Amino acid sequence: MNKRLAPALFALILLSAGCTPAPKENKIADPGTEVSGTVELWHFFTEREADAIAQVVKDFENDHPKIKVTIKAGQDDSKVTQAIGAGNGPDVGLSYSTDIVGKFCASGAWVDLKQYIDRDQVDLAKLNATTRSYTEFQGKRCAMPFLADAYGMFYNKDLFAKAGLSAPPKTLDELTAYAKKLTVKNPDGSLKTVGFLPLYDFYENSPSHLAPAVGAKWLTDDGKSAIGSDPAWKTLLTWQKNLVDWYGYDKLTKFRAGLGDEYSADNAFQKGQVAINIDAEYRLAFVKDQSPNLKYGVAPIPTSDAAHYGGGYVTGNIVGISKNAKNPEAAWELIKYLTTNDQAIVKLAGLLKNIPTTTAAINDPGLHADADFKTFIDIFTNPNSSTTPPSSSGPAYQETFGQFLNGYQSGKVKDLDAGLAEADKQINSVMTLGG
Amino acid sequence: MTAKPLGVRVRKGATTLSFLAPVLIGIAVFFLYPLGSAVYFSFTKFDLLSVPEWVGLDNYRRMADDPFLLQSIRNTLWMVVVLVPVRILGAIGLSMLLTQLRRGAGFFRTLFYLPALVPPVAATIAFVYLLKPGTGPVNHFLEMIGIEGPLWFNSPAWAKPSLVLLGLWAIGDLMVIFLAAVLGVPSSLYEAASLDGANAWQRFRSITLPTIRPVILFAAVTGVIYTLQYFDQAAVAGSIASGQATVGGGISSNFGFPEGSTFTYPLWLYTVGFRYSALGYANALAIGLFVVALAVTLFLLRRAKAFSGEES
Repeated sequence: MNKRLAPALFALILLSAGCTPAPKENKIADPGTEVSGTVELWHFFTEREADAIAQVVKDFENDHPKIKVTIKAGQDDSKVTQAIGAGNGPDVGLSYSTDIVGKFCASGAWVDLKQYIDRDQVDLAKLNATTRSYTEFQGKRCAMPFLADAYGMFYNKDLFAKAGLSAPPKTLDELTAYAKKLTVKNPDGSLKTVGFLPLYDFYENSPSHLAPAVGAKWLTDDGKSAIGSDPAWKTLLTWQKNLVDWYGYDKLTKFRAGLGDEYSADNAFQKGQVAINIDAEYRLAFVKDQSPNLKYGVAPIPTSDAAHYGGGYVTGNIVGISKNAKNPEAAWELIKYLTTNDQAIVKLAGLLKNIPTTTAAINDPGLHADADFKTFIDIFTNPNSSTTPPSSSGPAYQETFGQFLNGYQSGKVKDLDAGLAEADKQINSVMTLGG
Repeated sequence: MTAKPLGVRVRKGATTLSFLAPVLIGIAVFFLYPLGSAVYFSFTKFDLLSVPEWVGLDNYRRMADDPFLLQSIRNTLWMVVVLVPVRILGAIGLSMLLTQLRRGAGFFRTLFYLPALVPPVAATIAFVYLLKPGTGPVNHFLEMIGIEGPLWFNSPAWAKPSLVLLGLWAIGDLMVIFLAAVLGVPSSLYEAASLDGANAWQRFRSITLPTIRPVILFAAVTGVIYTLQYFDQAAVAGSIASGQATVGGGISSNFGFPEGSTFTYPLWLYTVGFRYSALGYANALAIGLFVVALAVTLFLLRRAKAFSGEES
């Protein structure tokens, strides 16, 4: 090697190491200190939803005349991560995914909020328990819940009536029977209308959204994959595969290939091509906007046994303070307002059609006026509801399992037990990526 | 001959260096520093948010036991082996046809070049909708002539060939290079060959092909490097065909749809780095890609030896 090359490379490496951000210690103000200045809020919303955020931020500024909020809309998690990594993170970041909580808490990218919570005596018991769980990681609370989503079942009342059905299915066996009854085939045997499209990679049919149907656990207490050891997964997978086989995987794939995009007006449920669909409360706003004449009902997802019924998958948006926030005190004031002020939360929930996260806001009679929305609030507060556990490698464990399921439903996995054991191994391996 | 005084030599050296400085600074800042950083980070556990932790060869060892890496390598190799030759053959064939045109040559050259100007994301979106089973016009047309169209981007068997079709459609960039090369073949050679009784295939094989060989090599080298980095079209096609193109923001969780068939090496690298925040491992993957691209390029250059001074 050239004698000059080695020192040059060494210098480069030192320079690279020197350019990486070092952790910064945050000290907070004394209780009662008046907060002022500018605070920058980055969020991912756009258009109608961004306008809703702007309205509530305006209310905040009216309440806190010495604080000015600069909003940057349409910022996704990778942009926030890169900005924090470059030492230029926003004061307040609002993310659409609870998957980043593990990484942001563990790395300190978002500061520990405990010091602010303790100082201002914020009562966390007023927050819904599930949302409390997905906003902290290994005992460190670096995020607060900013509205939530609850997943349930949508069913087409017209198609139900045609098939002689009225009430929604409550168990997985009933769902199978309903799906078969609601399915209509073309003369050539291809599928015309599908009762329930069970493919895991179709719209919101992800394993995380279906896990509450059987009470399946993702991780063991020591943070390893529980996929192979929790028999509930086998129950769910076997049920799903039986239904896929009844339709025929190829026929389902062909049918699904002709369906429209989930978030467009061509959504298969909204067009009456699929009779029963898993979706969240935000679908209510889409249906109202895109398919106002659709006659539909909503209910909790069917479960393997009656004891699990009533719950569903719960997730939500989260908000935190960057470790390199320029005005962390004002940032906390904004977060406190957006996540603990019941009036602000009710207004946001109404505007965005998302589930509120504080007890008082959840019980607000204004939000209960819409019976369909109330169903999702009930799912949200049901003790059978669950979420996906935070991990320092983000959604890696869910997506690794998703890859396995895609192979399984297509018939590539012959031995389910061996397949699940292999999936465990892969998940445990991919989870070490995050530390 | 006497040596020049030291002062003159220093001044001359400084003058040379000053002229080279912009390029040297550019290479140092935009090539050497990022490359050195990537090498360094590939030996660390790094999430962009905290201080990198030195892990030695762990990231490289992980590659040996990474099922998704294996899948992505298989898909990328398939694309390299099929897409690169298909595009080169298509471009040569098209440029040969265009040189034969007596009328409207300018119009057809423009027509075939235009798709290369369409941004890859827009072109892919349009292609997925054109080929969409059930609603796309292509399968409707095939049905009219009695052919049941495939599921294209929704079929694990057809997704990659569909991407090749997309690459073939946007062949204009290669076509203009080959067109220039084919037009540059001296016509006297063709005339002499015709007088000797050579047919069209013999003229092509013995005159055109050897003359345009450097251009073929150039197309092969750049094509292989481009395909090893194949990202945009695979990412967009998978996301749209899955029916979840507009879900939320950020990085799609539908990369590789259907059944991992479009999951290329750069998609795995990107997912690891920016979805799973494992920048250390992502850098190791990037170094792996760099080494492979360099090795393939050197191999092709050595095999062809067409870029040597006397032949180019």
